[in-house]
Amino acid sequence: MSISHNKVTGAFALLDSLVRHNVEYIFGYPGGAILPIYDELYRWEKSGKIRHILSRHEQGSAHAADGYSRSTGKVGVCFATSGPGATNLVSGIATAQMDSVPLLLITGQVARPFIGTDAFQEVDIFGITLPIVKHSYVVRDPRNMSKIISEAFYIAQHGRPGPVLIDVPKDVGLEKFVYNPIDPGQVFLLGCRPFLKPNNKQIIKFIKLLENSSQPLLYVGGGSIISGAHQVIKELAVKFQIPITTTLMGKGIIDEKDDLSLGMLGMHGTAYANFAVSESDLLIALGARFDDRVTGKLDEFACNAQVIHIDIDPAEVGKNRIPQLAIIGDINNVLQDIMDYIENNQNILYTTDQTRSWRERIDLWKHQYPLLVPTNVNTLSSQEILSSLCIMEPNAYFTTDVGQHQMWAAQFLNVLPRHWISSAGLGTMGYGLPAAIGVQIAYPNEKVVCVSGDASFQMNLQELGTIAQYNLPIKIIIINNKWQGMVRQWQQAFYGERYSHSNMEKGSPNFIELAKSFGIAGFELTLRKDIDTILESFLNCNGPCLLDCKVTEDDNCYPMVAPGKSNAQMIGIIKQSKVTNSLLN
Amino acid sequence: MKHTLSVLVEDEAGVLSRIAGLFARRGFNIDSLAVGPAEKPGISRITMIVPGDNRTIEQLTKQLYKLVSILKVQDITNIPCVERELVLIKIQASPQNRSFILEISSVFRAKVVDMAYEYLILEVTGDPGKMVAIEQLLKQYGIVEIARTGKISLIRASNVDTEFLRNTLSAQKISS
Repeated sequence: MSISHNKVTGAFALLDSLVRHNVEYIFGYPGGAILPIYDELYRWEKSGKIRHILSRHEQGSAHAADGYSRSTGKVGVCFATSGPGATNLVSGIATAQMDSVPLLLITGQVARPFIGTDAFQEVDIFGITLPIVKHSYVVRDPRNMSKIISEAFYIAQHGRPGPVLIDVPKDVGLEKFVYNPIDPGQVFLLGCRPFLKPNNKQIIKFIKLLENSSQPLLYVGGGSIISGAHQVIKELAVKFQIPITTTLMGKGIIDEKDDLSLGMLGMHGTAYANFAVSESDLLIALGARFDDRVTGKLDEFACNAQVIHIDIDPAEVGKNRIPQLAIIGDINNVLQDIMDYIENNQNILYTTDQTRSWRERIDLWKHQYPLLVPTNVNTLSSQEILSSLCIMEPNAYFTTDVGQHQMWAAQFLNVLPRHWISSAGLGTMGYGLPAAIGVQIAYPNEKVVCVSGDASFQMNLQELGTIAQYNLPIKIIIINNKWQGMVRQWQQAFYGERYSHSNMEKGSPNFIELAKSFGIAGFELTLRKDIDTILESFLNCNGPCLLDCKVTEDDNCYPMVAPGKSNAQMIGIIKQSKVTNSLLN
Repeated sequence: MKHTLSVLVEDEAGVLSRIAGLFARRGFNIDSLAVGPAEKPGISRITMIVPGDNRTIEQLTKQLYKLVSILKVQDITNIPCVERELVLIKIQASPQNRSFILEISSVFRAKVVDMAYEYLILEVTGDPGKMVAIEQLLKQYGIVEIARTGKISLIRASNVDTEFLRNTLSAQKISS
């Protein structure tokens, strides 16, 4: 038989296909049903073609792959075994789905003859994850392995990205067959439609709306980061002098020190961004989805504005808000086309003069309602720490967990595109630390800072082991207020100060000793006067280290739009009578 | 308003789960669903009746298109098409009633597919209006069980809306 020597196992086909798609890193954790794949991986790692990062819990692998993907734009790849290994991925998959992160999740499954028999570590992960994946496969025949992986890469990245799960029964990994590899790009999927370019009619309408506007505003979401549109958005904003506000996912689109930037809008957005959105007469939404945390009371969100919605996902257009103009497509391409049209048509009636008074109003708001930093000499405030951090590390990658510290980080950190790694849509506590691992793996020589809270950090603190094993020089800042801060804030504001199970003081570890037990250096920050000195020595420390910031317990995150309220009705904003220095200016 | 959607899907494991899951998760209702192989091997056609206003149906269509296994979604509510449904009706038919029931069934061109001493099974095909009519008439004799396939439809190549024609013709007759 001449072809017999071409026979390979399913596991070989899997690894070979991954390498063909230029996968450099796999994040994962082995187990029974995925052993054939790990056995094959052993050989591929020995030959240096791929590297595996061992997490301490499968959720950590999924988040690390997610962080890797968000910072690089590549597909993050994750391995887990069947049963509990697979179910541990669920939070990670849902996080990626909500924030449109391309992931490839490969789970082991019991061998084909055992499927459906409630075998040891059998779970229907295909069924469990149906609502939270972009697509999923069960590899029932190793001959399909290469095709499925090629399709999965294509689907994960095509259009609006998302996670794709591939369930591989144990015996599929072992079966030998004649291998015909499918190279990247050799897939044709009827169900994945190509995207049309905007037609001239749409571009003309875009310009007409702009010409008739005196208070335009760009509302920029995560889709713009994914599309890599920061350059063209800046061009558009500068050319027409349109102010920009970003969502949590859109952070990094513009330097927030720029005059045109209004920072983040929404529930904990800046007062001036929320005022601007309420007053604007033309809202240009770029890769944003009118999420409830952004809009507040939907009926009153930008209720004076005409809406232009540009998004790659047709289902987002008209889902929450019906736009006057919808353009479906990749934001970078669409805006590029619009800019080209504008270059070639000089008879555009829009002048930056028509929006001058709008910008002046916004500037006034900026001075009247700046983000406030509590400056009590005797207490340590998170806002002040994060402001200093922002000045010291202008080029770092920042990952966050979820809660008050996340919102403060969003308010006070100024980041570059793809340098803001935070679980926005799902709000997954425990995301920040493993995500930082993924980012540091992708960029070993860059500074990666994980801003976490004492409660969030404890949700995936086992990943300190991963950091120690690979000696990843991640800087972990714990904003430690001994509470689930955001829960406490809501209980204080809306639940009659009944603090039901939100205090974390009892049972809280000594974070510095904890870090030390993993061989990770620990610093403590308790006094306001030490912020700069300690922060500096912490950030310049070699290798991984942790900073425990003992901040004020009862500080609240403001401004805040109460749920169900309009964005213009914020609580916690204080009008400054005299013009003070806003941190963002 | 009820909409008829004709959906082409790749015939693969889990595709119905994906669709059913989408309906459940996003709060859409479904009145009737009929699935079967379409003209091309590997592709199935699903005909579904979905209640909702135009905006709901538009959003549903977009959400369906996000599923990779879905190839085409067409709202054929307002397009001339042939609509058929098959219903099996098991009915109590005592010897005294039997002739009345058979009379009704012959008017509706229903077929008797099973006959026992006390029971009959009728097979009726037609558009949904006909089903309601025969069901109304048979109710008095005691319907024991009903099974329906759900409505299936294909767009008329002739582009002729027979319903519309019938209505206009009868209107003309009345006026003349």
